[in-house]
Amino acid sequence: MDFEKLQEIIADELDVDKDEVKPEAKLIDDLGADSLSIVELQMSIEDESGVKIPEEDVQKLITVQDIFDAIKKAE
Amino acid sequence: MNSVQIISTGLALPSRVVTNDDLAAMEETSDEWIMKRTGIHERRFTAIGETANSLAREAARKALEKSGISLDELGAVIVATLSGDYSTPSVATQMQERLGLPKDIPFFDMNAACSGFPYAIEMARSYLVANPTHKYALVTGVEELSKLLDKDDRSTNILFGDGAGSVVVSLCDDSYAQVLGAESSLAINCLGAKSDESYIRMDGKEVFRFAVRILPYLINTTLEKAGLTADDIDWFVCHQANKRIVDHVVKAMKLPKEKFYCNIDRIGNTSGASIPICLAEMDEKGLLHEGDTLILAGFGSGLTWGSCIVHYR
Repeated sequence: MDFEKLQEIIADELDVDKDEVKPEAKLIDDLGADSLSIVELQMSIEDESGVKIPEEDVQKLITVQDIFDAIKKAE
Repeated sequence: MNSVQIISTGLALPSRVVTNDDLAAMEETSDEWIMKRTGIHERRFTAIGETANSLAREAARKALEKSGISLDELGAVIVATLSGDYSTPSVATQMQERLGLPKDIPFFDMNAACSGFPYAIEMARSYLVANPTHKYALVTGVEELSKLLDKDDRSTNILFGDGAGSVVVSLCDDSYAQVLGAESSLAINCLGAKSDESYIRMDGKEVFRFAVRILPYLINTTLEKAGLTADDIDWFVCHQANKRIVDHVVKAMKLPKEKFYCNIDRIGNTSGASIPICLAEMDEKGLLHEGDTLILAGFGSGLTWGSCIVHYR
């Protein structure tokens, strides 16, 4: 999955503008995510790319870049 | 006749309205925090003199009165619940005397948690098909979950509420399908009578993941088995667990949101009672019309899932 696709998924799931989904943006503090929207995001990434991010890694994801790195690691 | 139709409905909500602001006065939370995560603004809790059994009786009495049926035509009394007044006797049996119901028919409660009502409708339908001398069944969903809430557990005590809904059903000639299932999990649980800790416990993320996967499966499989499409359905009446679950599914399945009845903002999650409370409210508001086709879909502790088609009158 490329970064732009991830930006699209995050923008759609968190109902924010794609431009706001910068690598350094924090999911909870900057993009308004909460525990359930992170689950939705995780499922959406799984559906789109087949990549499953392990639950223990999900807990550590803070920024958009963190998610991208976790996807690359799991791919 | 192999399908099932709703003849009448009855609603019983307890008198105590508990708003998010009321909860915020007792613990660290806010209306905004709860609304954003659950879509719940307020819920009902039983007041003094109100219990699961009394709510169930009130809903059942209203449904029976509106049905206009003769009570000796009643073939079965089924209650979907996990929170009756007693472990035994059942909520159903305690209706018999007060409502003047015939004694020579089965009365029982069944626990399929939040999937309980579709399960109970299918039990009623199968019973009526197998016993053609009986014409009607009384099916009630009731919960008094306020007594099972840990005041210190914010992940559950903002979600749940109390209430009852009841329907009188009979068989009809029309489309029908049901999907009932379960798998073993303690993701939502409540310890039994021996415990001092009889509180509802829930792994919210795990349950959310389960719910948003199972609900599309229930809707699609029920439609397919019944030979219907989403366009044939007038109302999708889903268990009111968390507004975010239905929102997610409506968006993912591209279904018309206006066909999903929603009352979680006022009622909260009432487990086995949520679907019949929706039905009774919809009936009171005149939203149900003769010949309407509905899908009922529930999912919850077990983990269980259940859905079925019902027709209105």
